[in-house]
Amino acid sequence: MNAPLRPLNVPQRAAEPPVAGGIAASFNAVRRDFGAKRVLDGIDLQIEAGQFIAIVGKSGCGKSTLLRLLAGLDQPSGGSITSDGKPLEGLTRIMFQEPRLLPWQRVLANVEVGLPPEVRGEQRHERALAALAQVGLADRAGEWPSVLSGGQKQRVALARALISGPQILALDEPLGALDALTRIEMQRLVERIWREQGFTTVLVTHDVSEAVALADRIILIDDGRIALDLDVPLPRPRRRGNADSARLEGLILERLLGS
Amino acid sequence: MSLVERSARFGTARASRKGTPGAAVLGRFEARIAGWFLPALLLVVWEVLSRVGYLAPNVLPAPSAVASAGWQVLKSGELIHHMAVSTARALAGLAVGGSIGFVLGIANGLSDLTRRYSDTTLQMIRNIPHLALIPLVILWFGIEEEAKLFLVALGVFFPIYINTLHGVRSVDPQLIEMGRAYGMTRWTLFRDVVLPGALPSIFVGLRFALGIMWLTLIVAETIAAESGLAHMAMQAREFLLVDIVVLAIVIYALLGKLADVVTTVLERASLKWHPSFQKTEG
Ligand SMILES: Nc1ncnc2c1ncn2[C@@H]1O[C@H](COP(=O)(O)OP(=O)(O)OP(=O)(O)O)[C@@H](O)[C@H]1O
Ligand SMILES: [Mg+2]
Repeated sequence: MNAPLRPLNVPQRAAEPPVAGGIAASFNAVRRDFGAKRVLDGIDLQIEAGQFIAIVGKSGCGKSTLLRLLAGLDQPSGGSITSDGKPLEGLTRIMFQEPRLLPWQRVLANVEVGLPPEVRGEQRHERALAALAQVGLADRAGEWPSVLSGGQKQRVALARALISGPQILALDEPLGALDALTRIEMQRLVERIWREQGFTTVLVTHDVSEAVALADRIILIDDGRIALDLDVPLPRPRRRGNADSARLEGLILERLLGS
Repeated sequence: MSLVERSARFGTARASRKGTPGAAVLGRFEARIAGWFLPALLLVVWEVLSRVGYLAPNVLPAPSAVASAGWQVLKSGELIHHMAVSTARALAGLAVGGSIGFVLGIANGLSDLTRRYSDTTLQMIRNIPHLALIPLVILWFGIEEEAKLFLVALGVFFPIYINTLHGVRSVDPQLIEMGRAYGMTRWTLFRDVVLPGALPSIFVGLRFALGIMWLTLIVAETIAAESGLAHMAMQAREFLLVDIVVLAIVIYALLGKLADVVTTVLERASLKWHPSFQKTEG
């Protein structure tokens, strides 16, 4: 363990979550180098408050790196990340690519990690249990994480992220390990909670149809830059597999394969 | 016993639980007493060899003779007295050395600064066999209680220190990052992430420490003490009471086993989450 035990300087938020509404975030010529390797090479991206944005791109193109910068877990080598001209100081929560559950806490307690400390006592259990019910795991609340399947662990992590009442929610391939049916259920859940709470959402996904089904806007990253920035003007609730979404999917896939 | 061995052991226990219920009960019973099979066999062989006269009583008295000598000293209260003294010494040394080792291990695991300044020193001291300090300790403390306390504390310090340090430093950094990203305070992060993550390693340290604790105490009591189990054995040697000497050795073995059992119970209680400690509950 090399990271010093410093709490992240996230400002305290109001006592009664969920805080409705999100905040804007903008990437200004952001670079990130790992040694000699330039992973992000001048990212300019304005994300509006409350927007649902999806990020797609090939494996290793720097999607997780971008999310980590947004969540303040990593610092850019150049450029800046701001919100309305000021340094980004909002409540950002991230759901990592790995579930990252505490193996020594039961499933319920793991979800409670997402709750702010102001929520106390019975309230904590109730809210966490409700979140577990939403991801369809209420009956597993008392289990150890080690007995859950990969997809179940992912859903616990999703519950933990959704319960945290963030202003910006960063989701790193949250539904990668799920079967098609559960996946669609979870997509609907994410969309519903996003619409209720209005936080800004940045979703990294490998699944182009998922991006088209959920996002207001899709960003394609290639070679460290934004290769495509596409609005998705489809009305919600969205129907899957209609001609418009198919056309958009085709466009993105073509660009992904063509590069 | 390491976690790996332990999981292997549970693996076989699980496998043997298949089959009919009767066989399952038998299997569990067998698993429970299996460890005592060899000691029991040894006792029987030993007794028989003594009875037929192959082992002279002044070299190795029969188990029955040892048992009756044990009964005598137990009745006179002597044995209880010596055992109580030794146990108190052992636990005091463990408490002192163990808590210093634990605190330093945590501190050096969390802070690069204190580790930079203290680790080299500690590693140098570690390479001195602590029993080599006995002459010096006798010069300092005579054969008072402090001498034993000092030696035991020093002996248990290192295994606890090193394993706590290692445990803290090997906590999954991804979990620590998760804790930070979810706004955990320093204290919550320590209590909910670092300490539980380090616990399996701390228990390994405790096991080593318990072994060293008895070893150190016995040596120290043999050389410089006026009470305690090893002192009782030394006195018996002067009067050629071989049965008491053998009795003391058997008691060491039982105490060692007892310490191991206590650690296992503690370990199971606090590492319930660990896959190696989970029964087939769900
Ligand atoms: N801490 C690090 N040190 C060195 N290189 C890193 C580090 N983190 C990421 N990288 C490199 O940066 C590149 C982008 O990594 P990143 O994890 O952002 O990819 P990704 O787009 O999320 O990929 P995937 O879709 O497979 O998750 C990779 O080549 C990776 O090796
Ligand atoms: Mg990634």
